[in-house]
This record gives sequence, C-alpha cells and structure tokens, in this order.
Amino acid sequence: MLLSLYRSLRSYRGFILGSVKREFQARYRNSLFGALWTVLNPLSMIVVYTVIFSHIMRARLPGVDDGMAYSVYLCAGLLTWGLFSEITLRCQNMFLENANLLKKISFPRICLPVIVLLNAAINFAIIIGLFLGFLLITGRWPGMALLALLPLLALQVLFCAGLGMILGVLNVFFRDVGQLFAICLQFWFWLTPIVYPLSILPEWVQRLLQLNPLTNLIGSYQNLFLYGQWPVWSSLLPILLIAVLLCVIGLRLFRQRVGEMVDEL
Amino acid sequence: MGHIRVTGLGKAYKQYPTRWSRLAEWLIPFSPMRHRQHWVLQDVNFDIAPGEAVGIVGVNGAGKSTLLKMITGTTQPTCGQIRLEGRVAALLELGMGFHPDFTGRQNAVMAGQLLGMQVEDIAALMPDIERFAEIGEAIDHPVRTYSSGMQMRLAFSVATARRPDILIVDEALSVGDAYFQHKSFDRIRSFRKAGTTLLIVSHDRSAIQSICDSAILLEGGRMAMHDKPEAVMDYYNALLAEREGQTVRQETLAGGQVQTVSGTGEAGILSVRLLDERERAIDAAEVGQPVVLEVQVEIRQDIERLVLGFMIKDRLGQAMYGINTHRQNQALDDLRAGERVTYRFAFVMGLGKGNYSVALSLSRLDSHLDRNFEWRDYGLVFHVINNREEDFVGCAWLGARTSISRSSEPLVERAP
Repeated sequence: MLLSLYRSLRSYRGFILGSVKREFQARYRNSLFGALWTVLNPLSMIVVYTVIFSHIMRARLPGVDDGMAYSVYLCAGLLTWGLFSEITLRCQNMFLENANLLKKISFPRICLPVIVLLNAAINFAIIIGLFLGFLLITGRWPGMALLALLPLLALQVLFCAGLGMILGVLNVFFRDVGQLFAICLQFWFWLTPIVYPLSILPEWVQRLLQLNPLTNLIGSYQNLFLYGQWPVWSSLLPILLIAVLLCVIGLRLFRQRVGEMVDEL
Repeated sequence: MGHIRVTGLGKAYKQYPTRWSRLAEWLIPFSPMRHRQHWVLQDVNFDIAPGEAVGIVGVNGAGKSTLLKMITGTTQPTCGQIRLEGRVAALLELGMGFHPDFTGRQNAVMAGQLLGMQVEDIAALMPDIERFAEIGEAIDHPVRTYSSGMQMRLAFSVATARRPDILIVDEALSVGDAYFQHKSFDRIRSFRKAGTTLLIVSHDRSAIQSICDSAILLEGGRMAMHDKPEAVMDYYNALLAEREGQTVRQETLAGGQVQTVSGTGEAGILSVRLLDERERAIDAAEVGQPVVLEVQVEIRQDIERLVLGFMIKDRLGQAMYGINTHRQNQALDDLRAGERVTYRFAFVMGLGKGNYSVALSLSRLDSHLDRNFEWRDYGLVFHVINNREEDFVGCAWLGARTSISRSSEPLVERAP
C-alpha cells in the first residue's frame, strides 16, 4: 500500500512540485512586498507578545535575566506552533478547497496532503532561517544541539500529517469538524507552554499539561534555542507513538473513504 | 492498447435519513446499514475494441456523465469493473484548474502536470500546443485576460497534445468558434485514424453518426440499447417524443436498416410512395427529375390539428432536406376519425447519387415533441442515380450553368 502510494507520488512529482511553486507564487503574485509578508506576519505577533509579556507584565524567564531571552523563548514556541497549525488547518480543508479538481480530474489524491506539507515546509524554512540569522547576530547561536532540530521537526511533521489527514477526511463528511478543530486549536495553544514557561505553573497543572503531547515537543525546541540543550529523547516517546498511530489511522481512513469522498463534495 | 471493458458496472449514492445517521454508522460497530442506496447507474456492460468509436446518448440524468466519470476514474463505481488498456485522455471539463493569475504558458504546464506529464515532456510539446491553440502572444498573458473561447482553445490543445490510446469526449467540445470546432474535430478524427479508441457523449446526431461505429443508449441508469448509430439515434429521437400511451416499435427492414415507429396513434401513415412524372411509383430517381412524394394518412381519432413532416436523410442519417406542412402554412384543422388525407409533395430531385431514406412525422405542431401521433423512420428508401447530368460530386445537385469568357488579347505577345 505504501509502495503504491509512493509510486503514484513519484509519477506525479511534476504536478506536486508545480503546485507548490504555483501556490507560493500565487500568494505573492499581485503583492508589492512578496515573500516579506510571510515574515511580517509572525514577526508582528512576536513583537506584540514580547512587548506585552516581557516588558509590560515584566515576565522574566526563571534563571535568565535579560529581556531578549524571552523573545527567543517565544520564537522557539511560536514559530514551531505556527508550523503545526498551518499544516493541520490546511490539511483539514485541502479536500474541500480542491473539490472542483477532485470531481473533474483523475489524479492520485495523496498528492494533496503532500503539497500542503511541502508548502508549509517552505514557509517554515524562510522564517526559521531568519530566526537562526537573528540568533547568530545576537550571539545566541545554540551550537551543535541545533542538529537535534531536524529529528524534532520530522517528528512534528509526522504528528501534524497524521492529524491533518484524519481531519481532512472527516471534514468532508462532517463539516462540523473544521469548526470544532478551529476552537480546539485556540485552547490547545494556551494549554501549551508557548507564551509562558511551564515552570511558573503550580505542580499539579504542570502534570496535567504533560498529557498534552505538544508540551514536551515545544519544550524541546525552547530548551534547544534558549539554552542549546539536547532534547531528552525519552520524553518524546509518547508523541512519537501518538504520531505513528495518527498516521496509521489517517492513512486507513483515507484509503477507505477516498472513493466515497468525491460523492460528498 | 485502447481496449475498454466494462462489466456489471453500477453506481449508487448513499442517502442518509439524517445528518447524524452517518456518524452512527461509522462509530457504532456492527450497526446495521443506515443509508439508502440511490442507484444512478446499474448493470452496464460493454466491450469496446481498440480503435472503435462509440457514442453515448441519453436524456439528461440518464447517467452519461456518471459513466464517463467512472471510466476516467474521478468517481469510483459501487459495483462492477472497468478495465482500460493504455493512456486515457478526457475532454470533460476543459480549462479546469486554470489559475487566472498565471500566464497561458504556465497554466499549460500545470495542466500537463495534472495529466501526469513531466516538465520536460511538456516543454517538448509546447511549440505544438502553441501552434494548435493559435492564440498568439496571449499565451504569455495571464489567463484572466482570456475569453472563454481562448481558454477552451488552450485547454483542448494541452489535453490532446499527445495522442491518447483512449479519448473520452463530453459535449464540452461544442464550445469555441466554428473554426476551432472544425479544427478540434479534425484532430479527433486523425487520432481515430491512428488507432485511438473514442468514447463520445453528444446530443448532436450528425456528430455521432459521422464518427461513431456504434452507439449506446442510456435510459434511467441502464443500458437500453447498443447498436448501429442510426438505429440508436432513431430510437432515441422516438424516446424523446414518448409520452403516456405511446409505443415505440422497431422492425428490421429487408435492406438491414432498422425502422422505428412510435407515436400515440391518433393518426397513422398508410402508405408512402415516390412517383415520377407519369404517376408511376419508382424506387430510383434521376438527378434533376421532377418527382412527387405521396403520403396517405389515416385519421383514427378526432384531432384538432395535424401537421405532416418529412425529412430525407442520406446513408449516414444526415438530414438532406426536411419540411412540414406547419412551416408551409398548410396544417389541417378539425379532423374526424375515419378521414383519409393524401399529401403530395412535388419537387425536383436535387440530390446527388446515393441511397436515401425518408422519415415522416405526424404531429400537432411544428415539433414532434409536443404531440407525436406517429413518427416513422425509413418510411421509404430510394436511390438517386445520375444518367442525365454530368458526373458531379457531393450530395446536392445545384446544376451550375457555366459560361466562360477568355480575354481576346494575350498578355505576352508570342514571338512570331
């Protein structure tokens, strides 16, 4: 099954790469500043959070005593959260958005999630590149531990892809899923230590937040960028298992329902 | 390559009584089926040999598009099998997936990629695509500045840039100007000559009859007929006119043609004859000969108005000439049961050599779709021979009177 999926992806690589390129171009075709907007959007968010939390509310990270550290902490969480929300939100709408194409043209449907993933990866690469540049200039380069970024990202993409696939298929049959997940995402964001550090919470809440698979993942990013620490791999085992499980369920659901899906669009 | 085999094909859509019942069916294990199956296509079987051209006809909602969609693979069949050999190209929705902000060239590349081609393949085909589409410099302008005809030209050129083994064409083809229609039809014909299997959905009788080897009639989601195009189209026309209480009947004539007779039967045709100048019945007429088409009609029930129409068709079923008494302002009113009416249409045989048939209709108004008392295909078959006039080509005799004048002074003086 995986082999046949791979084969159809391979023969349609032209379409996939073309779509990614076209989507990227389409976003900025008629804008004057082009790709700048990809950067300005999260940048504005970071500025807002930094100003409000770091300066006005005088939030300081435990053990670190400069305002810049909080910005780095925030970026580490916010940028990777952005990748998560972009993939899942785009995935849940990918079949609906391409309804016309799906109804009229026969092509391997698995191309659609792959296009979403690649697009998100490009956007993320731009912004993480800038972030790394910023770290280099301000002398906060995390060093060798940066190598851990790739496995962490791979893990995250696996998790997002599985979840996105499930949401995407379900959303075709039950449109409530899209609405519901958008709300869930709000809560999920604040239930993940992104804006605030985990350590400022009471003990029992900290334990509760451990149930959130993203807590340790985002925490790993934060430790990596802020302190140059290698992730504690064992703490990431739960999210790995969940990610694999989500992918298996997602692919099964996709295989079972891909035919019926066209009838519902 | 190019073989299509469809066996036991059926398509049903699921209909759930409420929005929640689908969720229940998905989530509760071993729960009974909560949906009703709504069949739109059932028990379709056919086999199309490589290089054959088959037309699919049927009223709206008969399942034509569903069938094509399943063959192209966008929709999955509920039951049955489709086996295709070779590369399939479909001209279903031309211009689908064109992005308005990109240039024609970029969109052509994308459309090609959507068909599974690689960039290099498309680059190699590009000059040919440009040449065929004939949209000039516009190929490098954004597609949003295109007219729909231009989009259609480009889309057709991309879709048919490579000769497929199987080509599936929907009525979409009737878009575009007459010039491009001809051009695209020529391309389809040339594909066919080169061995492409063709599947066409159309309501255009002449398109089906001039291209197809056979035709399939779909009716209410089932295959009603699979036969020679003329026979299917005649039956289809009769079906279109079918109303409550009408019968459709087909008989095979001595010549092998299938005669279709349908109608409600308030009036019927008793006899059809072609007469020469001396009132003798003939079955072959000379080009240019004055003849009379005589039709006897029997009135079986009182009817308020009666129009008789006839149409002469050639061997391929293409209309040569047709007229009815409504258009001639000679419709009859208030006819009583038991009456007999004799119509005589006198004309000069202006057709070329060949075999022709006469279809007749008895109806209330101009069209036989309103009230169809009787519709009869192959009411009469006759030949046209040419012993009198010079040997000309074509199906219409225009009897050109020729006068030629030569200038008296040669332009260049001949050397003495």
